[in-house]
Amino acid sequence: MLAVAALLGVFALLLAWPVPVVLSRAAWPSQSPAVALALWQAIALGGGLSMIGCLLVFGSSPAGSLLAATGALLPHLFIGPIPPEFGVVHLAALTLAAGLAAHLALNLALTAVRAERERRRQHQLIALLGDPLPGEPRTRVLAHSLPLAYCVPGIRTATVLTEGLIEALGELELRAVIAHERAHLDQLHHLVLLAFRAWHSALPWFPIANRAERSVALLAEMLADDEARHAAGDDALRRAMLQVGSGGEPGAYADSGGVVPDIEMLEARLARLGGPVRRPPRALRLAVVSAAVLIVALPIAALLVSLGGIS
Amino acid sequence: MASLGELERSVMEVLWSRDAGLTANDLRDALALRDGESGRAVATTTVLTVLSRLERKGFVTRARETRPHQYRALLTREEHTAELMHEVLDRSSDRDAALARFVGTVSAGEAATLRRLLDELSRS
Repeated sequence: MLAVAALLGVFALLLAWPVPVVLSRAAWPSQSPAVALALWQAIALGGGLSMIGCLLVFGSSPAGSLLAATGALLPHLFIGPIPPEFGVVHLAALTLAAGLAAHLALNLALTAVRAERERRRQHQLIALLGDPLPGEPRTRVLAHSLPLAYCVPGIRTATVLTEGLIEALGELELRAVIAHERAHLDQLHHLVLLAFRAWHSALPWFPIANRAERSVALLAEMLADDEARHAAGDDALRRAMLQVGSGGEPGAYADSGGVVPDIEMLEARLARLGGPVRRPPRALRLAVVSAAVLIVALPIAALLVSLGGIS
Repeated sequence: MASLGELERSVMEVLWSRDAGLTANDLRDALALRDGESGRAVATTTVLTVLSRLERKGFVTRARETRPHQYRALLTREEHTAELMHEVLDRSSDRDAALARFVGTVSAGEAATLRRLLDELSRS
């Protein structure tokens, strides 16, 4: 049991610090955003499972297995005496594991509820304020001069454009923007982003959570860009990005702290456009996918082994 | 059969086009006039339902000192749109859960940097 706990602890530390740092500095994710996005999700899930699993296995070690520990402790949850083989450190580890799991789950639920409320409000407002765009289903146009495009995900989805955007862009560029927003909606990027946002807000002091959320947001933009390139071509997408990027009132929204897409992300997206589509070698992609599976499978396997006890 | 959402929109369009407050009956008549022969009559009770929904959403205010109550738009359509745009642009990091934007707001200086970067890329 202690060996398993130690293994999980080392794994949790690796996934919490060196692995995300290496990944966020790597060059290949921009060439293969879908694979990179899968890896980030595996790291977050595997890291969380390892961290909680490590505490759980260590705390249960006096009883020899997770099930035996549950059997020994559950009857004494509210009334003593606690079985003498459990020391203060074991009980502290178990309490921490339960607290951490509850904290992460509650944060995810809270973030989801808040997002849903915000979405409902957005739908109400754009239904009253936006006009439908002829020929484009589920697309609304707002009468505002600032060029802006965004999407509202959920069961009901909407792509929102402004009149300023339509004025600033040609037909092909507009097609690129709409394809980009549709890709966000069709590929359910909001769910991935939501999970990482919840992780970040649950562990705000955790430096990697911030980096992970940013990387994931950028990868989602790149995936949406790939759909736009497919629909309208690289040049149209680049022109659209530059038009929209420079058309905003400079300084008017200077206090919009924490806004996800910023200039560095735009640069990274622009750098991918033009030239041949580069794909990382097949072997690398295969290795990354295997690593992603392993990262999640290892803590699960360790927990399953500990469930019945190790002789 | 028009949905409640469509009716809300029609009611707001009438209210936005008038300066004075309107009663539910005025609105019913205005809607019938607007839709002409092709439209179908809307009952005053339906208009009242739509109005109370719009009041809850913060689009309509009701003057209670007169009988029947007079309704008017709280803000102009432009003001509502501007407010919505501010909400989308000013989202702090924990409020942006529902939306993804095509490109962030970029200042003129940053845009110039981007253009230079692209020129360099295309020259190389």
